Amino acid sequence: MAFDYDKYLRPNKLPHIWCPGCGHGIVMKGLIRAIDTLGLEKNNTAIVSGIGCASRLPGYLDFCTLHTAHGRAAAFATGIKMAKPEMNVILVGGDGDGTAIGGNHFIHACRRNINMTYIIMNNNIYGMTGGQFSPCTPTGAKASTTTYGNPDPAFDIAKLAIGAGATFVARGTAYHANQIDKLIVEAVQHKGFSVVEILDDCPTTYGRRNKFKSVIEMMNRLKEVTVPIKAAEKMSPEQLQGKILTGVLFKEERPEYTAEYAKVIERSKGAK
Amino acid sequence: MAKKVAFMQGNEAAAQGALYAGCTFFGGYPITPSTEVAEVMSIELPKINGKFIQMEDEIGAMASIIGASLTGAKVLTSTSGPGLSLKQELIGYACIAETPCVIINVMRGGPSTGMPTGPSQSDVMCAKWGTHGDHAAICLVPASVQELFEETVRAFNLAEKYRMPVMIMPDEIIAHMRERIVFPEPGELEVINRTAPSVPPEQYKPYDTKFGDVPPLAAFGSGYRFHVTGLNKAEDGFPTTKAALVQAEEERQVRKVDANIDDIVTFEEYMLADAEVVIVAFGSTSRSARFAVNEARKAGIKAGMFRIKTFWPFPDKQIKALAGKVKAFITPEMNLGMCTGEVKRCAEGKVPVVGIFRVDGEPINPGQILDKIKEVK
Ligand SMILES: Cc1ncc(C[n+]2csc(CCOP(=O)(O)OP(=O)(O)O)c2C)c(N)n1
Ligand code: SF4
Ligand SMILES: [Mg+2]
Repeated sequence: MAFDYDKYLRPNKLPHIWCPGCGHGIVMKGLIRAIDTLGLEKNNTAIVSGIGCASRLPGYLDFCTLHTAHGRAAAFATGIKMAKPEMNVILVGGDGDGTAIGGNHFIHACRRNINMTYIIMNNNIYGMTGGQFSPCTPTGAKASTTTYGNPDPAFDIAKLAIGAGATFVARGTAYHANQIDKLIVEAVQHKGFSVVEILDDCPTTYGRRNKFKSVIEMMNRLKEVTVPIKAAEKMSPEQLQGKILTGVLFKEERPEYTAEYAKVIERSKGAK
Repeated sequence: MAKKVAFMQGNEAAAQGALYAGCTFFGGYPITPSTEVAEVMSIELPKINGKFIQMEDEIGAMASIIGASLTGAKVLTSTSGPGLSLKQELIGYACIAETPCVIINVMRGGPSTGMPTGPSQSDVMCAKWGTHGDHAAICLVPASVQELFEETVRAFNLAEKYRMPVMIMPDEIIAHMRERIVFPEPGELEVINRTAPSVPPEQYKPYDTKFGDVPPLAAFGSGYRFHVTGLNKAEDGFPTTKAALVQAEEERQVRKVDANIDDIVTFEEYMLADAEVVIVAFGSTSRSARFAVNEARKAGIKAGMFRIKTFWPFPDKQIKALAGKVKAFITPEMNLGMCTGEVKRCAEGKVPVVGIFRVDGEPINPGQILDKIKEVK
């Protein structure tokens, strides 16, 4: 039987704003399947985003949804999770939202290891505002503000998350659509701050400027440049040159923030 | 039973006021001269199963309290000048998303890092105009430790009642001075909680004007699912660009305060019955003004004081009425004329408005005010 996405959507809020060929919708479907697998209760699940095309996602889903300000999703979500640790809190947003203006909130959510899952849709560009370069735009690429080629080096979101202290970090792609939900399921089940980066595409503002002839070509690139981490173990450094690893890249156990704060509450009661 | 009395610092009293009002969540970032509020909250909140979090910056602090407020908690943050500037982005968010929250801003010298330990009253315009866009503002300016406690309780009440951010702005002197405080018993001061929805979840709309200008706010995780955004929204909480809906929504958000000014605006009239020279003052400056008025009276001058307790909305009605009766206003303030401008607007050219401005980190002393009274009488 075909999967019933409608159960989790807000039908009267569709159609969505995304362009044909945009990867964000693929990620939304993956998230819905993951939520279904996990059996998360709608009333007890908050989906929080920043600003951008990717950040429009929560509006389409029938949960407690919060569309915050640009870059601030992690900080709003931290307030929700601290105040009601029993709620499931899932963050979604774009590469620009999460790693530029929201970079500070992002790394501190990683550091605290607060039990939330952050899904970053990395299309290497500020899509919503018409294609200015983001901290994830490759060096040399064309954006509306890098007509002569991007001079900036790009962030590796996974490395950033690991370095900042996230205890579960995974990467998937919009091409490998069937893996997205599996990665999200594992991320949500992990106790701590989990980050799932999904490489996707923005045909409208990135593809066009960077000589991709079609969405198919952009999707094929996601296939060509990525290697599953398991397969990479058997490959030589030469073979891995220029490749991006996918799958669960990092996982560790470390005290979780709301559980640690529960201990603070206990200790405060013994205090004079 | 004898009342609990203490000798307490203003910031500590503000924190105690927040706890009295039922605050259970604090998100902050340290900054002089407001830090004691955070310190007390960090000690007291866990004892009552509340939550304290020190965020990575003031934007994060503001975000955390809005998030927590949406789960139904009464929330507080505290800051000072530079931190207030950072919070402005999300103060606007709390305005448009109509999320109750309280912000204590202890006024120090500015702009920028300014004078971190010096008193000032130069953030009062920032309270109203700091965040972009049309929006209502409520800002309270207490003048004693006792009042800082009580006004913090009132700030929570107003935030919950009108579903909006409310600011309390003690100047550094009020925040750091120590005074006797008599704690009200539980139940003695009114404590208001936001109105919960009366309709079942399927019928709930977070901005349903069927329930008036301040629609009930449900809590995340309470069985009500809804959407919150910083975009202009329709009654169902989802973004809209429909002109008529946006216009109505914006007007309602301002009207909910404008139509309730008498419920919000508070002030003190001191020796105004026959006063010819009226000092309009607030915060610690009003303490010097009171002294000056007393001295002037001893010298046979008919002086009085109109003390502003609620800076926003501004007490237009009262000052306009006074302008028709008195000979002059004197407006001492620790800035270069912010309150003076408002008083001039209300005086409508009927009487002179003479300012006394200090921005050197020193308080305005009674002698300065008395001299001015003698000059203009
Ligand atoms: C404070 C602030 N600065 C700038 C903007 C403008 N802005 C809106 S979306 C956006 C970029 C979004 O890019 P990304 O997060 O990568 O999402 P995408 O649109 O690519 O999915 C920017 C810069 C804003 N809304 N708020
Ligand atoms: S502009 Fe780009 S990111 Fe935005 S919806 Fe279109 S394709 Fe997607
Ligand atoms: Mg992007």
